Amino acid sequence: MALGQRLEKTVKGTDLALAGEALSLDRSGALWLPEHHTLVVSDLHLEKGSSFAARSGQFLPPYDTRETLSLLHEVIQRLDPARVVALGDSFHDARGPERMEPGDRAMIAALQEGRDWVWIAGNHDAAVSEGVGGRYCETLDLGGLTLRHEPLAGAGEGEIAGHLHPCGKVSMRGRSVRRRCFVSDGRRLVMPAFGAYTGGLNVRDAAFEPLFPKGFTAYLLGDGRVFAIGRTMLGKD
Amino acid sequence: MPPPPDLPPAFSAWFAERGWSPRPHQLELLATVRAGRSALLVAPTGAGKTLAGFLPSLVELSERTGGGKGRAKGLHTLYVSPLKALAVDIARNLDAPVAGMALPVTVETRTGDTPAHKRARQIQRPPDILLTTPEQLSLLLAHREAETFFAGLKTIVLDELHALVTSKRGDLLSLALARLRRLAPEARAIGLSATVREPDELRKYLVSQNPPPSAGEGSPRVSKGPERGEPLPDDAEPAPQPLAPAKGKGIDVAPMAELVVVRGGAKPDLHMLEIGRTLPLSGHTARHAMPAIYDLIRGHRMVLVFVNTRLQAEYTFQELWRINDDTLPIALHHGSLDATQRRRVEAAMAAGQLRAIVCTATLDLGIDWGDVDLVVNLGAPKGASRIMQRIGRANHRMDEPSKAYLVPGNRFEMLECRAALDAVEEAAQDTPDARLGAPDVLAQHVLGMACADAFDPLELYEEIISAAPYASLSWEDFEAVVDYVATGGYALRAYERFAKILRGPDGRWRVRDARVAQQYRMNIGTIVESTHIKVRMARSLRAKPGTVLPKGGRTLGEIEEDFAETLTTGDTFLFAGEVLRFEGLSEDECLVTRAGPGTDPAIPSYAGSKFPLSTFLAARVRAIIADPFEWDRLPRQLSDYLAQQRRHSALPGERDLLVETFPRAGRHYLTAFPFEGRLAHQTLGMLLTRRLERAGMRPLGFAANDYGIAIWCTRDVSERAALSPGFMEALFDEDMLGDDLEAWLDESAMMKRTFRQCAVIAGLIERRFPGHKKTGRQVTISTDLIYDVLRRHQPDHLLLRAARQDAATGLLDVTRLGMMLKRIRGRITHRALDRVSPLSVSVMLEIGRERVYGEGADEILAEAEAELLQEALA
Repeated sequence: MALGQRLEKTVKGTDLALAGEALSLDRSGALWLPEHHTLVVSDLHLEKGSSFAARSGQFLPPYDTRETLSLLHEVIQRLDPARVVALGDSFHDARGPERMEPGDRAMIAALQEGRDWVWIAGNHDAAVSEGVGGRYCETLDLGGLTLRHEPLAGAGEGEIAGHLHPCGKVSMRGRSVRRRCFVSDGRRLVMPAFGAYTGGLNVRDAAFEPLFPKGFTAYLLGDGRVFAIGRTMLGKD
Repeated sequence: MPPPPDLPPAFSAWFAERGWSPRPHQLELLATVRAGRSALLVAPTGAGKTLAGFLPSLVELSERTGGGKGRAKGLHTLYVSPLKALAVDIARNLDAPVAGMALPVTVETRTGDTPAHKRARQIQRPPDILLTTPEQLSLLLAHREAETFFAGLKTIVLDELHALVTSKRGDLLSLALARLRRLAPEARAIGLSATVREPDELRKYLVSQNPPPSAGEGSPRVSKGPERGEPLPDDAEPAPQPLAPAKGKGIDVAPMAELVVVRGGAKPDLHMLEIGRTLPLSGHTARHAMPAIYDLIRGHRMVLVFVNTRLQAEYTFQELWRINDDTLPIALHHGSLDATQRRRVEAAMAAGQLRAIVCTATLDLGIDWGDVDLVVNLGAPKGASRIMQRIGRANHRMDEPSKAYLVPGNRFEMLECRAALDAVEEAAQDTPDARLGAPDVLAQHVLGMACADAFDPLELYEEIISAAPYASLSWEDFEAVVDYVATGGYALRAYERFAKILRGPDGRWRVRDARVAQQYRMNIGTIVESTHIKVRMARSLRAKPGTVLPKGGRTLGEIEEDFAETLTTGDTFLFAGEVLRFEGLSEDECLVTRAGPGTDPAIPSYAGSKFPLSTFLAARVRAIIADPFEWDRLPRQLSDYLAQQRRHSALPGERDLLVETFPRAGRHYLTAFPFEGRLAHQTLGMLLTRRLERAGMRPLGFAANDYGIAIWCTRDVSERAALSPGFMEALFDEDMLGDDLEAWLDESAMMKRTFRQCAVIAGLIERRFPGHKKTGRQVTISTDLIYDVLRRHQPDHLLLRAARQDAATGLLDVTRLGMMLKRIRGRITHRALDRVSPLSVSVMLEIGRERVYGEGADEILAEAEAELLQEALA
């Protein structure tokens, strides 16, 4: 326990360099690009709860959109970005915006006020609907960085993507901790899902292998900060 | 003895042929039921309970006019048992009188195994007697044909009622019973039960607690719902009148079924096994007793060795075989084993091929598999009624004594065994209190009733409050349940257009479509198993050591997923009587190989005991400790130990709490001995840790067992207590059940597990069936996420209330903790010691064996991060 406090002073696991650009991994799961005054969040999956009601008659609590937007509000307040990028799968399905409560819609509009707001297209919301403000694009280049939803196996250095919802699991002394995480090998970064109802795919899953052939470090979102965990310490599900 | 007037000649003859005569309770029950009254039969094992329960039905069915072809069609008797196997077994047993007297009676079972064509035929042409389980009954009642099917029902027999009523299955069954009373107003309910502490609770369970004013039973009850007969305009909410819960209903006026009690029966021949060795201070394995148990097996025909957990069953089985020089047929039976393997053991037992069976609660109930002449209960008895039930498994003839031994695993368990021996001697019972019906079960039932037919909410409400567990349900709470079933019960009206049940212009609720009914059928039941995964033998490749082939191996059984997730490749553990090596997880299977000979199994997370010590036995244990005159009746090693404790520190008075503080190895310990069971102690430990944190004591973790807790801190607690008088009183103040409890519940893993169970029962999330492949984690929503979101946005939601209600008595045992805190107010004995006391050693030994709490996720992550740092520096 004391170890954790000691480490906090010596290691700052939250700052990272990618293609010569400085990144800051926020413990909320958001990414801060200080040189571009840009905040990136991935896989919000807004209206995921209501999609279950529409599809299968499961009435999950319809508060996930509000919850996600509240978390986003907190980060935006703290960092005051000039630009916000939602890195795809911002809505759980194409009809998500239609089902959104008016109050939540207003909250998005308030967050967008005075900021450049970019919706990157995802696989869940490829054809993004009208009426939620901001601008749309497939990818966004910022300096040496390329922001896109789904990571490309052959992409060059500097790719930032989401889509996979990475999670890491650490087991020790009969206890295991499973948390959302960033994954990086210094060439590319895969971001954790930000949405309240989003689960995670273990980073030891085969889907990550082609993206990080030479291994990776996972940055797990702890309660108080982000922890850099080596691949050997990460367990399978 | 002249033939009793009630028994037809054919029956008297049948009894006489076998050299039997009907027992008085069988005749008394027959007379009561034939007079149209419901009844509870309380009888010890071996008293012919089952035959007594069926006698009224068999007599009536034999008297049907016309007999044979001309007889009335339709179901006459419904029998409900908690175990599928028991229903099947009873069907076999009924065959003797039915065939013996050539009665024109058809008997059939309906369980999950009954093939579809037979189920369909049963609906069209019901047997006279149908044997089934509570879940199957609920499914039948949700059937469109339910009204016709049950219209002619005359008798309902509920077997092992004492075991059913203490759980959510009992809630579900009570609601089914309420519906049956409406479909078949003349039907009489017969409850069959072992001896219980409060038979009146079961008597109420059997009859309507909300009888129409005209009914003779009990006193008429004021309707608590809105006035009947008042037409409701379409757009009006049902008028919310002052709907006080039915508190005014005194116990004396509540309607009750008749009571038939079988007295007597031989006293059991029960002893504590003395083995002339000093017992350890903790641990439950009873390794020391294995040779003595083995000798008992050698000296008896068939021995049942009961243990409290599956892992303990595995361990005991292994140890017995280690010393089984005569290679006696000793088998293993517990709930995780593959079903076919269990059936084999049961068959071998029935055939008398076994000499001993090491088993868990799976053999507590019901079936007489064989001629057991000795029961050995290994480890702590935990409860007086439980131990009596287990003892009853030996020798099923009530006039002969059952023979049993209690085998304590440690010195404290000796105390518990002593208390249990006293309780059995006095025939004192400690069965749990009557339940308050769970809201999640009610939600499931309401949807089922909508599947059967459109329901009028007032009528359904009146019906539901006739069930004892729901007798105090308010109209508002009922409405909240209907609202939940319809659209999820959210303050944010997001799902109106997807509603599962819809209210028509006639005011009746009907199910939306066939898909909803299908969902209901898939989700029926109240048993939510923690997720299990299969354990399968993998074949290792000789050519490539370390590589295993997942295919081809046989399935050994199932283990809890949580347990499997803590294993790493190479770990060894006991399962299905073998030492296994964990190889890895593949999809939904846990792959293992046989560990090399002589390998010692590492049993991580050894669960101490599944059942917490009952309040009743705990009080007796405290009384024995408090009274040195009682110590004469204890084994010498135990009284010596208590005397040492008295010299070194103190012994708590019967109603007091002893708290000790002392330094050890650079840490400062606080131990306390409430004797309230492991669950309540874990909750106490969590709450005390928070308080000590706030007091600046820097607690690091805690361990708990059935008798006490130990918390270790960085700061000196003794010093703090000396400096601020009243520190201990404040620490143990009842107010910890306020904000501290709420704050902890928010993040408690046990609370999340409880919530998940409620969510499954209430149909919020779908059941995961064993054998189904896991879908990727990223497409399912974990209930933990749902819990977090719901708690923040609608903390009074029905399912959160349901989870809290469960937490009060279930995994967190908050109610019991509250009673303890009240008891010890002003009665704390604190001893600041310079070293650990004999009593404290016992709970200190739990550290490292039981899981240690209080260690945050961040500490684990920080340690893993440090590894990375070392890698980088190396």
